[in-house]
Amino acid sequence: MTQSKTNETLALDMRGIVKEFPGVLANDDVDFTLCQGEIHALLGENGAGKSTLMNVLSGLYRPEAGEIYLYGEKVELHSPRDAIDAGIGMVHQHFMLVPTLSVAENVVLGDPSVSYIINYEELDKQIGDIAEQFGLDIDPKAKIWQLSVGEQQRVEILKMLYQGAKILILDEPTAVLTPQEVTELFKTLREMTASGRSVIFISHKLDEVLEISDRVTVLRRGKVSAEVVSAETTKAGLAKTMVGREVIFRIEKKQSEPGGVVLEIDKVNALNDRGLPALRNLSLSIRSGEVVGIAGVAGNGQTELAAVINGMREVESGRILLNGVDITNKPATISIDAGMAYIPADRTGVGSAPSLSVEDNVIMKAYRKPPLSHGWSLDLKEIARYATDLVKRFNVKTPSIKTQSRLLSGGNLQKMILARELSREPVAITAVYPSRGLDAGATEDVHERLIEERDRGAAIFLVSEDLDELLSLSDRIAVIYEGQIVGEVPPDDDRIEEIGLLMAGTAVASSSPAAG
Amino acid sequence: MQLKVERRLEVPGWMSLLAIIVAVIAALFIGGILLAYGGLNPVVAYKQMFKIAFTDKYSLSDTLVKATPLLLASLGVTVAFRMKLWNIGAEGQLLIGAWGATLVALFLLPKDTSRPVMLLVMVIAGFIGGGLWGLIPGVLKAYLNVNEIITSLMLTYVAVFFNNYFIYGPWSAGGFGLTAQFPKSAWFPRLLDYADPYPYFRGMTAHTGFLLGVLVAFILYALFKRSQWGYKTKLIGDNPNAARFAGINIRRQIMLAFLISGGLAGLAGMSEVAGVVHRLQESFSPGYGFTAIIVAWLANLNPLLVIIVAYLFGGLLVGGDAIQPAGIPLMIQGIIMFCVISASLLTRYRVRFVRKDKVIST
Repeated sequence: MTQSKTNETLALDMRGIVKEFPGVLANDDVDFTLCQGEIHALLGENGAGKSTLMNVLSGLYRPEAGEIYLYGEKVELHSPRDAIDAGIGMVHQHFMLVPTLSVAENVVLGDPSVSYIINYEELDKQIGDIAEQFGLDIDPKAKIWQLSVGEQQRVEILKMLYQGAKILILDEPTAVLTPQEVTELFKTLREMTASGRSVIFISHKLDEVLEISDRVTVLRRGKVSAEVVSAETTKAGLAKTMVGREVIFRIEKKQSEPGGVVLEIDKVNALNDRGLPALRNLSLSIRSGEVVGIAGVAGNGQTELAAVINGMREVESGRILLNGVDITNKPATISIDAGMAYIPADRTGVGSAPSLSVEDNVIMKAYRKPPLSHGWSLDLKEIARYATDLVKRFNVKTPSIKTQSRLLSGGNLQKMILARELSREPVAITAVYPSRGLDAGATEDVHERLIEERDRGAAIFLVSEDLDELLSLSDRIAVIYEGQIVGEVPPDDDRIEEIGLLMAGTAVASSSPAAG
Repeated sequence: MQLKVERRLEVPGWMSLLAIIVAVIAALFIGGILLAYGGLNPVVAYKQMFKIAFTDKYSLSDTLVKATPLLLASLGVTVAFRMKLWNIGAEGQLLIGAWGATLVALFLLPKDTSRPVMLLVMVIAGFIGGGLWGLIPGVLKAYLNVNEIITSLMLTYVAVFFNNYFIYGPWSAGGFGLTAQFPKSAWFPRLLDYADPYPYFRGMTAHTGFLLGVLVAFILYALFKRSQWGYKTKLIGDNPNAARFAGINIRRQIMLAFLISGGLAGLAGMSEVAGVVHRLQESFSPGYGFTAIIVAWLANLNPLLVIIVAYLFGGLLVGGDAIQPAGIPLMIQGIIMFCVISASLLTRYRVRFVRKDKVIST
């Protein structure tokens, strides 16, 4: 632990923060400090607990334990309002602006001191002055819908400054910016720290973190795994602490015996929800009896890739073959019938119907065919038998097959989904973050099932951000960065740093040992 | 002290039933206060309403007549609501269903068509009319994600003017707001038609439409429970993403639901013109399509319960007609709706009092 400055200059001191969600310890005794005039980067994989910690700080969540001190004084933040009043401002990844209002109107929105009749001339001048002071190039009269994403972000920052924020939290601010805009943003951030304000900078991008921050705190599985002075560390060192070294669990498995190609992804291009390219000419093939792990920082196209091969998202160009059947841009039923199983990342939002019974959930992919249905009618007796059998075989702990699936614990819900997907003896399996949020026992169960399927001859496409999981299960690891496979690495503990650097978008000559 | 509203993890089945009963009692109580304020003795008024609606065979038959369009339209609403598609335009679909039946009875089929053929074609026309009217918000929802609440409601007013054009214009009998009377072959058989062999039925106007409604209710019940369509409806209603993931064509299902929903509301209109008014005329429906929403909701979207609730609401309409002022059933309906929605919210959330000074709860 590095304590670079004395307690008097601490702008923020979070001590022993614990935040628990049902089944997940999102923050486990986290300490975090921020000096006055400092830019402190918060680094970590998705689900490491960064957002939870910041939501505690911005008053959205109340921690189960822990204390927060601002400038040496203990504070209790019950609501976002409290946090704003205490001088904490957060710029979220998704902007919260009213498109039809002007910049100045958005900035003063919610400020009770603004009178009912607005003097626009004065207001625009006031906002313009603040913008100028911090080098934010923005026209107070412009409407939000006319602005680029980078400009909208400046409005958000301006809003926080107007509200008197002394501590500014930026959640992945560069994810949506062009390189020029990033340079602009960094200039603004330096202006702000020069005037005594402090910045918490959340990011995945190691280059940027090293460039802008004074210190870096790395979170991993809800705990602080490192706190370092940026000038005293390297990219390779950060990559290592970010992905972790300790082995949580390693499954025993025999050498894979891959057969013929089952899933073939050929030069696929696809867009994300915002209409931007998510997959660029991506090609990958998976053979029967092997697990191919996809490593990558969230948002580099892995979820889109999983959606595309399961008929949940259309491709712009390219071809996807499953066992020789062309499933490109075909309805999901085609890939289901061709033998694809899908274990989605979002278990309640996509993988199950929470208010329906376990029984209704396990038949989701099998109800259309005999013996569960004859013609248009369902065979209720057969369905009950089918569900009872699956619950038993996959060891789903549920009071009854009539229980609503949302009442199951995370691990049992995942077992229910596995039961539905794997019982159909699929030829290929897509598994996205299959153990996210699960405890050790449930994780072990999921891993064993997947290896069993591999040994049976299924081709497994595994997406995970947990390198331990990837190393443990995969026979090959492909790293995805900005919609492309940038490298393939054998699942070898000695290659972790290489994987980390590939994930961070820094191509390295293969097998060069990166110094720690 | 602070009020805290939190979501209940599980809503027990008995609780939703209890909520509805409590809501109705509360509504009658609130309605009673308003009656008393208007100078009426609420106990006497309610007694009178009950007596008129439920006590002798004529009133029971009248109640059946009023319950029939409510039943059919509610079943229509139920189909859409089960998929969480908020079709609140049953009134418009009902009107267009009546229009379709009228087209058949007066203009498409000759007067001497046999009764079964005539009625069967009218049923089909009523269903298609209402169904197509319902399909408009359905298609807009499925392809453009247009809010179906607004489109279905607005189309109701379009339907009113559509019908008015015909009954004041090309179909008008002598320039009044009504068409000529249907030929007898286009009338639903009524109980009083059998007064010759069974004198007991003399003066009773209940007609075949109610039986049609009961039949549809049982068919829907079976379909919801044990058909692939019922399963898909349930799945889409709970989680459209999971349904898509399971390979269900959601667009097609949305349009199908609106078609059936509108079609059943159209049957309500058909049954009303074939069973009661025997012609198309202005404002023959006092808002059955809107009351149907309350009925469906009170019945917890269960087709068999809809039969019972529709009958009770028929009683409310009959009883309310008989006492003055006539706005009372409408007022009580409104209060019931209000109470039911509040109650169902309270079944899903619980209100707790918490001490404000306690910050970190463990």
